[in-house]
Amino acid sequence: MNANAIPDAVTMFRRSLRRMRRYPSLTLFIAGIPVVLMLLFVYVFGSTLGAGLGGAGSAGVSGDRAAYIAYVVPGILLIAVAGAGQGTAISIAMDMTAGIIARFRTMAIARSSVLAGHLLGAVLQTLLATAIVVAVALLIGFRPTTGPLAWLAALGLLALAATAVSALSAGLGLAANSVETASNTPMFLTLLPFLGSGFVPASSMPGPLGWFAEHQPFTPITETLRGLLVGTPIGDSALIAVLWCVGIALLGFAWALRLYERLPERPGA
Amino acid sequence: MTAPATVRNAIRVRGLVKRYGDNTVLDAIDLDVPEGSVFALLGPNGAGKTTAVHIITTLLRPDAGEVLVGGVDIARHPDQARRLIGLTGQVSAVDPQFTGVENLTLMADLHHLGRQRGRTRVRELIEQFDLGEAAGRPVQTWSGGMRRRLDLAMTLVGEPRILFLDEPTTGLDPRSRRVMWDIVRDVVADGVTVFLTTQYLEEADRLAGRIVLLDGGRVVAAGTPTELKRLVPGGSVRLEFGSQAQLDLAAETLVGGERDELALALEVPGDGGVQALRSLLDRLDAASVVVDALSVRPADLDDVFLSLTGRRDGGEESPQ
Repeated sequence: MNANAIPDAVTMFRRSLRRMRRYPSLTLFIAGIPVVLMLLFVYVFGSTLGAGLGGAGSAGVSGDRAAYIAYVVPGILLIAVAGAGQGTAISIAMDMTAGIIARFRTMAIARSSVLAGHLLGAVLQTLLATAIVVAVALLIGFRPTTGPLAWLAALGLLALAATAVSALSAGLGLAANSVETASNTPMFLTLLPFLGSGFVPASSMPGPLGWFAEHQPFTPITETLRGLLVGTPIGDSALIAVLWCVGIALLGFAWALRLYERLPERPGA
Repeated sequence: MTAPATVRNAIRVRGLVKRYGDNTVLDAIDLDVPEGSVFALLGPNGAGKTTAVHIITTLLRPDAGEVLVGGVDIARHPDQARRLIGLTGQVSAVDPQFTGVENLTLMADLHHLGRQRGRTRVRELIEQFDLGEAAGRPVQTWSGGMRRRLDLAMTLVGEPRILFLDEPTTGLDPRSRRVMWDIVRDVVADGVTVFLTTQYLEEADRLAGRIVLLDGGRVVAAGTPTELKRLVPGGSVRLEFGSQAQLDLAAETLVGGERDELALALEVPGDGGVQALRSLLDRLDAASVVVDALSVRPADLDDVFLSLTGRRDGGEESPQ
Protein backbone atom coordinates (compact mmCIF):
# COMPACT_ATOMS: atom_id res chain seq x y z
CA MET A 1 0.00 0.00 0.00
CA ASN A 2 2.96 2.26 0.66
CA ALA A 3 4.61 1.34 -2.61
CA ASN A 4 4.53 5.01 -3.50
CA ALA A 5 6.06 6.26 -0.26
CA ILE A 6 9.44 6.90 -1.83
CA PRO A 7 8.35 8.52 -5.13
CA ASP A 8 5.91 10.68 -3.13
CA ALA A 9 8.67 11.68 -0.69
CA VAL A 10 10.81 12.66 -3.70
CA THR A 11 7.94 14.76 -5.07
CA MET A 12 7.58 16.47 -1.70
CA PHE A 13 11.34 16.99 -1.50
CA ARG A 14 11.28 18.64 -4.92
CA ARG A 15 8.55 20.93 -3.61
CA SER A 16 10.86 21.96 -0.72
CA LEU A 17 13.75 22.45 -3.13
CA ARG A 18 11.70 24.65 -5.41
CA ARG A 19 10.58 26.77 -2.48
CA MET A 20 14.19 27.11 -1.32
CA ARG A 21 15.33 28.15 -4.78
CA ARG A 22 12.57 30.67 -5.16
CA TYR A 23 12.83 32.13 -1.68
CA PRO A 24 16.53 31.97 -0.76
CA SER A 25 16.14 34.57 2.00
CA LEU A 26 15.33 31.98 4.67
CA THR A 27 18.55 30.08 3.97
CA LEU A 28 20.53 33.33 4.13
CA PHE A 29 18.77 34.23 7.37
CA ILE A 30 19.64 30.85 8.88
CA ALA A 31 23.30 31.42 7.93
CA GLY A 32 23.24 35.05 9.07
CA ILE A 33 22.91 34.55 12.81
CA PRO A 34 25.84 32.12 13.19
CA VAL A 35 27.99 34.30 10.96
CA VAL A 36 27.30 37.34 13.16
CA LEU A 37 27.96 35.27 16.30
CA MET A 38 31.19 34.00 14.81
CA LEU A 39 32.43 37.53 14.02
CA LEU A 40 31.39 38.64 17.50
CA PHE A 41 33.12 35.79 19.29
CA VAL A 42 36.25 35.89 17.17
CA TYR A 43 36.84 39.66 17.03
CA VAL A 44 35.30 40.84 20.32
CA PHE A 45 35.94 37.95 22.73
CA GLY A 46 38.38 35.93 20.64
CA SER A 47 41.66 37.20 22.02
CA THR A 48 40.68 36.81 25.67
CA LEU A 49 38.88 33.50 25.22
CA GLY A 50 41.74 32.19 23.10
CA ALA A 51 44.20 33.03 25.89
CA GLY A 52 42.00 31.20 28.38
CA LEU A 53 41.82 28.01 26.36
CA GLY A 54 45.25 26.87 27.54
CA GLY A 55 45.89 23.41 26.21
CA ALA A 56 42.33 22.99 24.94
CA GLY A 57 43.01 24.96 21.77
CA SER A 58 44.38 23.26 18.75
CA ALA A 59 48.10 22.86 18.67
CA GLY A 60 50.35 24.60 16.22
CA VAL A 61 48.26 27.73 15.69
CA SER A 62 49.96 30.93 16.63
CA GLY A 63 48.12 33.76 18.30
CA ASP A 64 45.24 33.63 20.78
CA ARG A 65 42.60 34.86 18.35
CA ALA A 66 43.66 32.41 15.64
CA ALA A 67 43.57 29.63 18.22
CA TYR A 68 40.07 30.65 19.18
CA ILE A 69 38.85 30.63 15.57
CA ALA A 70 39.96 27.03 15.32
CA TYR A 71 38.21 26.26 18.59
CA VAL A 72 34.89 28.03 17.96
CA VAL A 73 34.05 27.15 14.34
CA PRO A 74 32.58 23.69 15.16
CA GLY A 75 30.37 25.33 17.82
CA ILE A 76 29.29 27.99 15.34
CA LEU A 77 28.44 25.33 12.77
CA LEU A 78 26.21 23.64 15.33
CA ILE A 79 24.57 26.97 16.11
CA ALA A 80 23.69 27.06 12.42
CA VAL A 81 22.31 23.51 12.63
CA ALA A 82 20.30 24.29 15.76
CA GLY A 83 19.09 27.61 14.38
CA ALA A 84 17.86 25.91 11.23
CA GLY A 85 15.53 23.91 13.47
CA GLN A 86 13.59 27.08 14.08
CA GLY A 87 13.13 27.55 10.34
CA THR A 88 11.98 23.95 9.99
CA ALA A 89 9.44 24.26 12.80
CA ILE A 90 8.09 27.51 11.34
CA SER A 91 7.80 26.21 7.80
CA ILE A 92 6.08 23.01 8.95
CA ALA A 93 3.69 24.90 11.20
CA MET A 94 2.89 27.27 8.35
CA ASP A 95 2.42 24.42 5.92
CA MET A 96 0.03 22.64 8.29
CA THR A 97 -2.22 25.68 8.49
CA ALA A 98 -2.21 25.94 4.71
CA GLY A 99 -5.04 24.26 2.89
CA ILE A 100 -2.68 22.26 0.71
CA ILE A 101 -1.93 19.88 3.60
CA ALA A 102 -5.63 19.09 3.93
CA ARG A 103 -5.55 18.33 0.22
CA PHE A 104 -2.60 15.97 0.65
CA ARG A 105 -4.44 14.24 3.47
CA THR A 106 -7.46 13.48 1.30
CA MET A 107 -5.17 11.90 -1.29
CA ALA A 108 -3.72 8.41 -1.25
CA ILE A 109 -0.25 9.62 -0.31
CA ALA A 110 1.86 7.84 2.29
CA ARG A 111 1.69 10.09 5.31
CA SER A 112 5.39 9.73 5.95
CA SER A 113 6.12 11.17 2.50
CA VAL A 114 4.94 14.67 3.35
CA LEU A 115 7.13 14.77 6.45
CA ALA A 116 10.07 13.06 4.78
CA GLY A 117 10.00 15.67 2.00
CA HIS A 118 10.06 18.43 4.58
CA LEU A 119 12.91 16.79 6.49
CA LEU A 120 15.09 16.22 3.42
CA GLY A 121 14.52 19.82 2.42
CA ALA A 122 15.38 21.04 5.91
CA VAL A 123 18.60 19.01 6.01
CA LEU A 124 19.67 20.35 2.65
CA GLN A 125 18.85 23.89 3.71
CA THR A 126 20.88 23.43 6.90
CA LEU A 127 23.85 22.16 4.94
CA LEU A 128 23.64 25.13 2.57
CA ALA A 129 23.60 27.47 5.56
CA THR A 130 26.60 25.74 7.12
CA ALA A 131 28.42 26.00 3.77
CA ILE A 132 27.96 29.77 3.94
CA VAL A 133 29.26 29.78 7.53
CA VAL A 134 32.29 27.72 6.52
CA ALA A 135 33.01 30.10 3.65
CA VAL A 136 33.02 33.10 6.00
CA ALA A 137 35.12 31.14 8.53
CA LEU A 138 37.70 30.43 5.83
CA LEU A 139 37.72 34.13 4.92
CA ILE A 140 38.52 35.20 8.47
CA GLY A 141 41.32 32.73 8.82
CA PHE A 142 39.89 29.35 9.81
CA ARG A 143 42.22 26.65 8.50
CA PRO A 144 41.09 23.05 8.86
CA THR A 145 44.22 20.99 9.45
CA THR A 146 42.87 17.56 8.59
CA GLY A 147 42.42 15.84 5.22
CA PRO A 148 39.49 15.54 2.76
CA LEU A 149 38.36 12.24 4.25
CA ALA A 150 37.92 13.84 7.66
CA TRP A 151 36.10 16.77 6.07
CA LEU A 152 33.74 14.36 4.38
CA ALA A 153 33.13 12.69 7.72
CA ALA A 154 32.47 16.14 9.23
CA LEU A 155 29.91 16.80 6.49
CA GLY A 156 28.28 13.46 7.25
CA LEU A 157 28.10 14.26 10.94
CA LEU A 158 26.62 17.70 10.23
CA ALA A 159 24.00 16.07 7.99
CA LEU A 160 23.20 13.56 10.73
CA ALA A 161 22.93 16.30 13.35
CA ALA A 162 20.76 18.33 10.98
CA THR A 163 18.49 15.31 10.50
CA ALA A 164 18.11 14.93 14.25
CA VAL A 165 17.40 18.64 14.77
CA SER A 166 14.98 18.77 11.81
CA ALA A 167 13.04 15.73 13.00
CA LEU A 168 12.75 17.13 16.50
CA SER A 169 11.81 20.56 15.14
CA ALA A 170 9.22 19.00 12.83
CA GLY A 171 7.61 17.55 15.96
CA LEU A 172 7.82 20.91 17.72
CA GLY A 173 6.32 22.61 14.69
CA LEU A 174 3.44 20.13 14.55
CA ALA A 175 2.86 20.30 18.30
CA ALA A 176 2.62 24.09 18.22
CA ASN A 177 -0.88 25.43 17.83
CA SER A 178 0.34 28.59 16.13
CA VAL A 179 3.20 29.70 13.94
CA GLU A 180 4.37 32.02 16.76
CA THR A 181 4.71 29.11 19.17
CA ALA A 182 6.50 27.12 16.50
CA SER A 183 9.06 29.90 16.15
CA ASN A 184 9.71 29.99 19.90
CA THR A 185 9.84 26.40 21.08
CA PRO A 186 12.97 25.33 19.13
CA MET A 187 14.94 28.29 20.50
CA PHE A 188 16.39 26.25 23.37
CA LEU A 189 18.26 24.27 20.71
CA THR A 190 20.27 27.37 19.81
CA LEU A 191 21.33 27.74 23.44
CA LEU A 192 22.65 24.19 23.73
CA PRO A 193 25.97 24.66 21.89
CA PHE A 194 26.72 27.47 24.41
CA LEU A 195 25.97 25.16 27.35
CA GLY A 196 28.43 22.59 26.03
CA SER A 197 31.90 22.67 24.61
CA GLY A 198 31.04 24.87 21.66
CA PHE A 199 32.54 28.13 22.90
CA VAL A 200 34.57 27.27 26.00
CA PRO A 201 35.58 23.86 27.36
CA ALA A 202 32.78 22.17 29.30
CA SER A 203 35.29 21.40 32.05
CA SER A 204 35.56 25.11 32.80
CA MET A 205 31.92 25.30 33.96
CA PRO A 206 30.91 24.91 37.62
CA GLY A 207 29.08 22.00 39.31
CA PRO A 208 25.76 20.86 37.77
CA LEU A 209 26.19 23.12 34.74
CA GLY A 210 29.53 21.47 34.05
CA TRP A 211 27.95 18.04 34.38
CA PHE A 212 25.16 19.02 32.00
CA ALA A 213 27.65 20.51 29.57
CA GLU A 214 29.68 17.28 29.58
CA HIS A 215 26.71 15.03 28.97
CA GLN A 216 24.29 16.85 26.70
CA PRO A 217 24.18 15.65 23.08
CA PHE A 218 25.75 18.73 21.49
CA THR A 219 29.04 18.23 23.35
CA PRO A 220 30.09 14.91 21.79
CA ILE A 221 28.93 16.25 18.41
CA THR A 222 31.04 19.38 18.90
CA GLU A 223 34.06 17.36 20.04
CA THR A 224 33.82 15.00 17.08
CA LEU A 225 33.38 17.85 14.63
CA ARG A 226 36.35 19.68 16.12
CA GLY A 227 38.46 16.56 15.86
CA LEU A 228 37.44 16.04 12.25
CA LEU A 229 38.25 19.65 11.33
CA VAL A 230 41.29 20.65 13.38
CA GLY A 231 42.58 17.29 14.58
CA THR A 232 41.87 17.41 18.32
CA PRO A 233 41.42 13.98 19.97
CA ILE A 234 37.95 12.46 19.38
CA GLY A 235 37.94 9.35 21.55
CA ASP A 236 34.51 7.84 22.10
CA SER A 237 32.76 11.14 21.27
CA ALA A 238 32.13 9.99 17.71
CA LEU A 239 30.14 6.94 18.73
CA ILE A 240 28.19 8.83 21.38
CA ALA A 241 27.46 11.63 18.91
CA VAL A 242 26.16 9.22 16.27
CA LEU A 243 23.98 7.41 18.81
CA TRP A 244 22.49 10.68 20.05
CA CYS A 245 21.77 11.85 16.50
CA VAL A 246 20.21 8.59 15.35
CA GLY A 247 18.18 8.31 18.56
CA ILE A 248 16.86 11.87 18.41
CA ALA A 249 16.16 11.58 14.68
CA LEU A 250 14.15 8.38 15.06
CA LEU A 251 12.21 9.54 18.11
CA GLY A 252 11.63 12.96 16.57
CA PHE A 253 10.36 11.47 13.31
CA ALA A 254 8.08 9.00 15.10
CA TRP A 255 6.69 11.79 17.25
CA ALA A 256 6.18 14.09 14.26
CA LEU A 257 4.48 11.30 12.32
CA ARG A 258 2.11 10.63 15.19
CA LEU A 259 1.23 14.29 15.47
CA TYR A 260 0.69 14.45 11.71
CA GLU A 261 -1.67 11.46 11.81
CA ARG A 262 -3.52 13.05 14.68
CA LEU A 263 -4.04 16.31 12.79
CA PRO A 264 -7.53 15.25 11.73
CA GLU A 265 -8.72 15.58 15.29
CA ARG A 266 -8.22 19.29 15.18
CA PRO A 267 -11.52 21.05 14.79
CA GLY A 268 -11.94 24.04 12.57
CA ALA A 269 -11.08 25.02 9.03
CA MET B 1 -33.55 -6.95 -16.60
CA THR B 2 -37.14 -7.01 -15.41
CA ALA B 3 -36.41 -5.54 -12.02
CA PRO B 4 -35.48 -1.88 -12.13
CA ALA B 5 -31.71 -1.53 -12.09
CA THR B 6 -30.66 -0.57 -8.60
CA VAL B 7 -28.74 2.66 -8.62
CA ARG B 8 -25.51 2.22 -6.74
CA ASN B 9 -24.79 4.66 -4.00
CA ALA B 10 -21.61 6.64 -4.43
CA ILE B 11 -21.87 7.68 -0.81
CA ARG B 12 -23.72 5.96 1.97
CA VAL B 13 -23.67 7.36 5.49
CA ARG B 14 -25.35 5.79 8.48
CA GLY B 15 -25.67 7.13 12.00
CA LEU B 16 -22.83 9.58 11.71
CA VAL B 17 -21.99 11.26 15.02
CA LYS B 18 -19.29 13.82 15.78
CA ARG B 19 -18.83 15.54 19.10
CA TYR B 20 -16.39 18.10 20.37
CA GLY B 21 -16.67 17.79 24.14
CA ASP B 22 -20.29 18.47 25.02
CA ASN B 23 -20.99 19.97 21.66
CA THR B 24 -22.66 17.50 19.30
CA VAL B 25 -21.85 18.73 15.82
CA LEU B 26 -23.42 15.83 13.93
CA ASP B 27 -26.25 13.97 15.57
CA ALA B 28 -26.73 10.60 13.86
CA ILE B 29 -27.13 11.65 10.25
CA ASP B 30 -27.88 9.31 7.34
CA LEU B 31 -27.13 10.25 3.75
CA ASP B 32 -27.41 8.45 0.43
CA VAL B 33 -25.96 9.85 -2.74
CA PRO B 34 -26.66 7.89 -5.93
CA GLU B 35 -23.85 7.53 -8.41
CA GLY B 36 -23.61 10.26 -11.01
CA SER B 37 -25.93 12.66 -9.23
CA VAL B 38 -25.45 16.08 -7.69
CA PHE B 39 -26.22 16.17 -4.02
CA ALA B 40 -26.39 19.32 -1.92
CA LEU B 41 -26.01 19.54 1.81
CA LEU B 42 -27.73 22.78 2.61
CA GLY B 43 -27.72 24.55 5.92
CA PRO B 44 -26.87 27.69 7.82
CA ASN B 45 -23.44 28.40 9.26
CA GLY B 46 -22.58 25.95 12.02
CA ALA B 47 -25.07 23.33 10.85
CA GLY B 48 -22.29 20.73 10.58
CA LYS B 49 -21.90 20.67 6.79
CA THR B 50 -18.14 21.04 6.73
CA THR B 51 -17.68 18.54 9.53
CA ALA B 52 -19.70 16.00 7.55
CA VAL B 53 -17.58 16.61 4.44
CA HIS B 54 -14.38 16.33 6.43
CA ILE B 55 -15.43 13.00 7.89
CA ILE B 56 -16.51 11.55 4.56
CA THR B 57 -13.26 12.70 2.93
CA THR B 58 -11.20 11.04 5.71
CA LEU B 59 -9.90 14.28 7.22
CA LEU B 60 -11.76 13.76 10.49
CA ARG B 61 -12.67 10.65 12.40
CA PRO B 62 -16.29 10.24 13.46
CA ASP B 63 -17.30 9.27 16.99
CA ALA B 64 -19.85 6.82 15.62
CA GLY B 65 -21.39 5.76 12.36
CA GLU B 66 -20.46 4.16 9.11
CA VAL B 67 -19.36 5.77 5.86
CA LEU B 68 -19.06 3.97 2.53
CA VAL B 69 -17.51 5.83 -0.37
CA GLY B 70 -17.81 4.04 -3.68
CA GLY B 71 -18.65 0.97 -1.64
CA VAL B 72 -15.42 1.27 0.37
CA ASP B 73 -15.55 1.52 4.14
CA ILE B 74 -13.43 4.61 4.83
CA ALA B 75 -12.58 3.52 8.36
CA ARG B 76 -11.05 0.28 7.16
CA HIS B 77 -9.56 1.25 3.81
CA PRO B 78 -9.01 5.00 3.86
CA ASP B 79 -6.39 4.99 1.10
CA GLN B 80 -8.67 3.00 -1.18
CA ALA B 81 -11.43 5.55 -0.60
CA ARG B 82 -9.01 8.44 -1.13
CA ARG B 83 -8.26 7.14 -4.62
CA LEU B 84 -11.91 7.70 -5.56
CA ILE B 85 -12.46 11.16 -4.17
CA GLY B 86 -11.41 14.74 -4.59
CA LEU B 87 -12.14 17.61 -2.22
CA THR B 88 -12.16 21.30 -2.84
CA GLY B 89 -12.69 22.81 0.56
CA GLN B 90 -13.40 26.27 1.87
CA VAL B 91 -9.80 26.90 2.76
CA SER B 92 -7.83 27.43 -0.41
CA ALA B 93 -5.73 24.31 -1.00
CA VAL B 94 -3.28 25.80 -3.44
CA ASP B 95 0.36 26.59 -2.83
CA PRO B 96 0.40 30.37 -3.22
CA GLN B 97 4.18 30.59 -3.61
CA PHE B 98 4.12 28.48 -6.75
CA THR B 99 2.70 29.05 -10.19
CA GLY B 100 -0.49 27.49 -11.50
CA VAL B 101 1.46 25.07 -13.67
CA GLU B 102 3.63 24.05 -10.72
CA ASN B 103 0.61 23.47 -8.52
CA LEU B 104 -1.07 21.31 -11.14
CA THR B 105 2.14 19.43 -11.91
CA LEU B 106 2.57 18.64 -8.21
CA MET B 107 -0.84 16.98 -8.30
CA ALA B 108 0.03 15.09 -11.49
CA ASP B 109 3.20 13.80 -9.80
CA LEU B 110 1.33 12.73 -6.68
CA HIS B 111 -1.15 10.86 -8.86
CA HIS B 112 1.82 9.22 -10.62
CA LEU B 113 0.57 10.18 -14.05
CA GLY B 114 4.05 10.08 -15.51
CA ARG B 115 5.78 12.95 -17.28
CA GLN B 116 3.96 12.80 -20.61
CA ARG B 117 0.44 12.17 -19.34
CA GLY B 118 0.97 14.61 -16.51
CA ARG B 119 1.89 17.40 -18.87
CA THR B 120 -1.04 16.69 -21.15
CA ARG B 121 -3.47 16.65 -18.22
CA VAL B 122 -2.08 19.92 -16.83
CA ARG B 123 -2.42 21.57 -20.24
CA GLU B 124 -5.99 20.31 -20.62
CA LEU B 125 -7.05 21.65 -17.23
CA ILE B 126 -5.41 25.03 -17.77
CA GLU B 127 -7.41 25.35 -20.97
CA GLN B 128 -10.67 24.00 -19.52
CA PHE B 129 -10.48 26.34 -16.53
CA ASP B 130 -9.32 29.32 -18.57
CA LEU B 131 -6.15 29.83 -16.54
CA GLY B 132 -3.81 30.25 -19.48
CA GLU B 133 -2.74 33.87 -19.11
CA ALA B 134 -1.81 33.52 -15.43
CA ALA B 135 -0.58 29.94 -15.42
CA GLY B 136 3.09 30.93 -15.20
CA ARG B 137 2.70 33.44 -12.37
CA PRO B 138 2.83 32.68 -8.62
CA VAL B 139 -0.70 32.02 -7.41
CA GLN B 140 -0.44 34.67 -4.68
CA THR B 141 -0.80 37.29 -7.40
CA TRP B 142 -4.05 35.78 -8.69
CA SER B 143 -7.62 36.91 -8.09
CA GLY B 144 -9.90 34.99 -5.73
CA GLY B 145 -12.04 33.59 -8.52
CA MET B 146 -9.04 32.29 -10.42
CA ARG B 147 -7.57 30.69 -7.32
CA ARG B 148 -10.84 28.92 -6.71
CA ARG B 149 -10.77 27.63 -10.26
CA LEU B 150 -7.21 26.42 -9.85
CA ASP B 151 -8.20 24.78 -6.57
CA LEU B 152 -10.89 22.80 -8.36
CA ALA B 153 -8.62 22.04 -11.31
CA MET B 154 -6.05 20.58 -8.89
CA THR B 155 -8.73 18.37 -7.40
CA LEU B 156 -9.64 17.13 -10.85
CA VAL B 157 -6.09 16.21 -11.94
CA GLY B 158 -6.57 12.69 -10.62
CA GLU B 159 -10.02 12.38 -12.23
CA PRO B 160 -11.91 11.56 -9.03
CA ARG B 161 -15.16 9.60 -9.35
CA ILE B 162 -16.69 11.49 -6.46
CA LEU B 163 -16.12 15.20 -6.08
CA PHE B 164 -16.69 17.08 -2.83
CA LEU B 165 -17.21 20.82 -3.02
CA ASP B 166 -17.44 22.57 0.31
CA GLU B 167 -19.12 25.93 -0.28
CA PRO B 168 -17.52 26.30 -3.69
CA THR B 169 -18.81 29.79 -4.39
CA THR B 170 -18.80 31.45 -0.97
CA GLY B 171 -17.15 34.82 -1.33
CA LEU B 172 -17.19 34.84 -5.11
CA ASP B 173 -18.70 37.62 -7.16
CA PRO B 174 -21.79 36.73 -9.20
CA ARG B 175 -19.87 36.30 -12.43
CA SER B 176 -17.27 33.95 -10.90
CA ARG B 177 -20.11 32.08 -9.23
CA ARG B 178 -21.75 31.47 -12.59
CA VAL B 179 -18.44 30.27 -14.02
CA MET B 180 -18.13 27.81 -11.12
CA TRP B 181 -21.64 26.53 -11.73
CA ASP B 182 -20.86 25.92 -15.38
CA ILE B 183 -17.73 24.03 -14.43
CA VAL B 184 -19.65 21.86 -11.98
CA ARG B 185 -22.20 21.06 -14.68
CA ASP B 186 -19.38 20.05 -17.03
CA VAL B 187 -17.92 17.75 -14.40
CA VAL B 188 -21.29 16.16 -13.81
CA ALA B 189 -21.70 15.63 -17.52
CA ASP B 190 -18.59 13.46 -17.36
CA GLY B 191 -20.39 11.14 -14.95
CA VAL B 192 -18.77 12.36 -11.75
CA THR B 193 -20.84 12.28 -8.56
CA VAL B 194 -20.85 15.68 -6.88
CA PHE B 195 -21.39 16.25 -3.16
CA LEU B 196 -21.85 19.94 -2.56
CA THR B 197 -22.38 21.99 0.56
CA THR B 198 -23.79 25.43 0.37
CA GLN B 199 -25.62 28.03 2.36
CA TYR B 200 -27.04 29.51 -0.80
CA LEU B 201 -30.48 28.22 -1.58
CA GLU B 202 -30.24 29.33 -5.16
CA GLU B 203 -27.09 27.27 -5.63
CA ALA B 204 -28.65 24.10 -4.28
CA ASP B 205 -31.76 24.73 -6.36
CA ARG B 206 -29.81 25.21 -9.57
CA LEU B 207 -27.27 22.44 -9.27
CA ALA B 208 -28.57 19.66 -7.12
CA GLY B 209 -30.92 16.81 -7.93
CA ARG B 210 -31.31 16.05 -4.26
CA ILE B 211 -30.98 18.26 -1.23
CA VAL B 212 -30.58 17.45 2.43
CA LEU B 213 -31.25 20.30 4.79
CA LEU B 214 -29.02 20.18 7.84
CA ASP B 215 -29.60 22.26 10.94
CA GLY B 216 -27.89 21.94 14.28
CA GLY B 217 -26.29 18.67 13.24
CA ARG B 218 -29.56 16.99 12.30
CA VAL B 219 -31.22 16.29 8.99
CA VAL B 220 -34.38 18.38 9.03
CA ALA B 221 -35.56 17.73 5.48
CA ALA B 222 -34.54 15.79 2.41
CA GLY B 223 -35.75 15.49 -1.15
CA THR B 224 -35.59 16.99 -4.60
CA PRO B 225 -35.81 20.78 -4.76
CA THR B 226 -39.43 20.42 -5.90
CA GLU B 227 -40.31 18.04 -3.09
CA LEU B 228 -38.78 20.35 -0.55
CA LYS B 229 -40.69 23.32 -1.89
CA ARG B 230 -43.89 21.32 -1.57
CA LEU B 231 -43.15 20.81 2.13
CA VAL B 232 -44.11 24.31 2.99
CA PRO B 233 -46.86 26.55 1.86
CA GLY B 234 -45.51 29.56 0.11
CA GLY B 235 -45.57 31.19 -3.21
CA SER B 236 -47.95 33.83 -4.42
CA VAL B 237 -49.74 35.19 -7.43
CA ARG B 238 -49.17 38.81 -8.33
CA LEU B 239 -51.87 40.65 -10.22
CA GLU B 240 -51.42 44.07 -11.79
CA PHE B 241 -54.19 46.45 -12.70
CA GLY B 242 -54.65 49.48 -14.91
CA SER B 243 -56.33 51.73 -12.35
CA GLN B 244 -56.89 52.34 -8.66
CA ALA B 245 -60.55 51.45 -9.08
CA GLN B 246 -59.72 48.06 -10.54
CA LEU B 247 -57.26 47.41 -7.70
CA ASP B 248 -59.90 48.33 -5.09
CA LEU B 249 -62.41 46.06 -6.72
CA ALA B 250 -59.94 43.18 -6.85
CA ALA B 251 -58.95 43.67 -3.21
CA GLU B 252 -62.62 43.45 -2.23
CA THR B 253 -63.06 40.27 -4.21
CA LEU B 254 -59.89 38.52 -3.04
CA VAL B 255 -59.69 39.08 0.69
CA GLY B 256 -56.27 38.52 2.23
CA GLY B 257 -54.24 39.89 -0.64
CA GLU B 258 -51.44 42.33 -0.07
CA ARG B 259 -51.79 45.67 -1.84
CA ASP B 260 -49.00 47.44 -3.59
CA GLU B 261 -50.46 50.90 -4.13
CA LEU B 262 -47.54 52.27 -6.10
CA ALA B 263 -47.54 49.51 -8.68
CA LEU B 264 -51.32 49.09 -8.56
CA ALA B 265 -50.74 45.42 -7.78
CA LEU B 266 -52.17 42.82 -5.49
CA GLU B 267 -50.22 39.85 -4.19
CA VAL B 268 -52.35 36.86 -3.28
CA PRO B 269 -50.99 33.81 -1.46
CA GLY B 270 -51.25 30.62 -3.46
CA ASP B 271 -49.14 27.93 -4.97
CA GLY B 272 -49.85 28.98 -8.55
CA GLY B 273 -51.32 25.61 -9.52
CA VAL B 274 -53.57 25.52 -12.58
CA GLN B 275 -56.75 24.83 -10.56
CA ALA B 276 -56.05 27.59 -8.09
CA LEU B 277 -55.29 30.04 -10.87
CA ARG B 278 -58.43 29.15 -12.77
CA SER B 279 -60.66 29.71 -9.76
CA LEU B 280 -58.86 32.93 -8.97
CA LEU B 281 -59.45 34.26 -12.48
CA ASP B 282 -63.05 33.04 -12.45
CA ARG B 283 -63.74 35.03 -9.33
CA LEU B 284 -62.18 38.15 -10.80
CA ASP B 285 -64.18 37.63 -14.00
CA ALA B 286 -67.37 37.31 -12.01
CA ALA B 287 -66.59 40.62 -10.33
CA SER B 288 -65.72 42.14 -13.75
CA VAL B 289 -62.19 43.05 -12.74
CA VAL B 290 -59.78 43.58 -15.63
CA VAL B 291 -56.34 42.15 -14.91
CA ASP B 292 -53.50 43.75 -16.84
CA ALA B 293 -50.79 41.31 -15.91
CA LEU B 294 -50.34 38.18 -13.85
CA SER B 295 -47.23 36.55 -12.53
CA VAL B 296 -46.67 33.53 -10.34
CA ARG B 297 -43.89 33.36 -7.75
CA PRO B 298 -43.55 29.71 -6.80
CA ALA B 299 -42.47 28.67 -3.35
CA ASP B 300 -38.71 28.76 -3.24
CA LEU B 301 -36.18 27.13 -1.00
CA ASP B 302 -36.03 30.35 0.94
CA ASP B 303 -39.48 29.56 2.27
CA VAL B 304 -38.42 26.02 3.11
CA PHE B 305 -35.32 27.26 4.85
CA LEU B 306 -37.22 29.81 6.84
CA SER B 307 -39.93 27.49 7.99
CA LEU B 308 -37.62 24.59 8.85
CA THR B 309 -34.72 26.38 10.48
CA GLY B 310 -36.48 29.47 11.73
CA ARG B 311 -33.92 31.60 9.96
CA ARG B 312 -33.70 33.46 6.72
CA ASP B 313 -30.97 31.94 4.58
CA GLY B 314 -27.64 31.24 6.19
CA GLY B 315 -25.81 33.68 3.97
CA GLU B 316 -27.22 36.60 5.95
CA GLU B 317 -23.86 37.84 7.06
CA SER B 318 -23.00 38.65 3.50
CA PRO B 319 -19.99 36.73 2.17
CA GLN B 320 -16.78 38.73 2.31
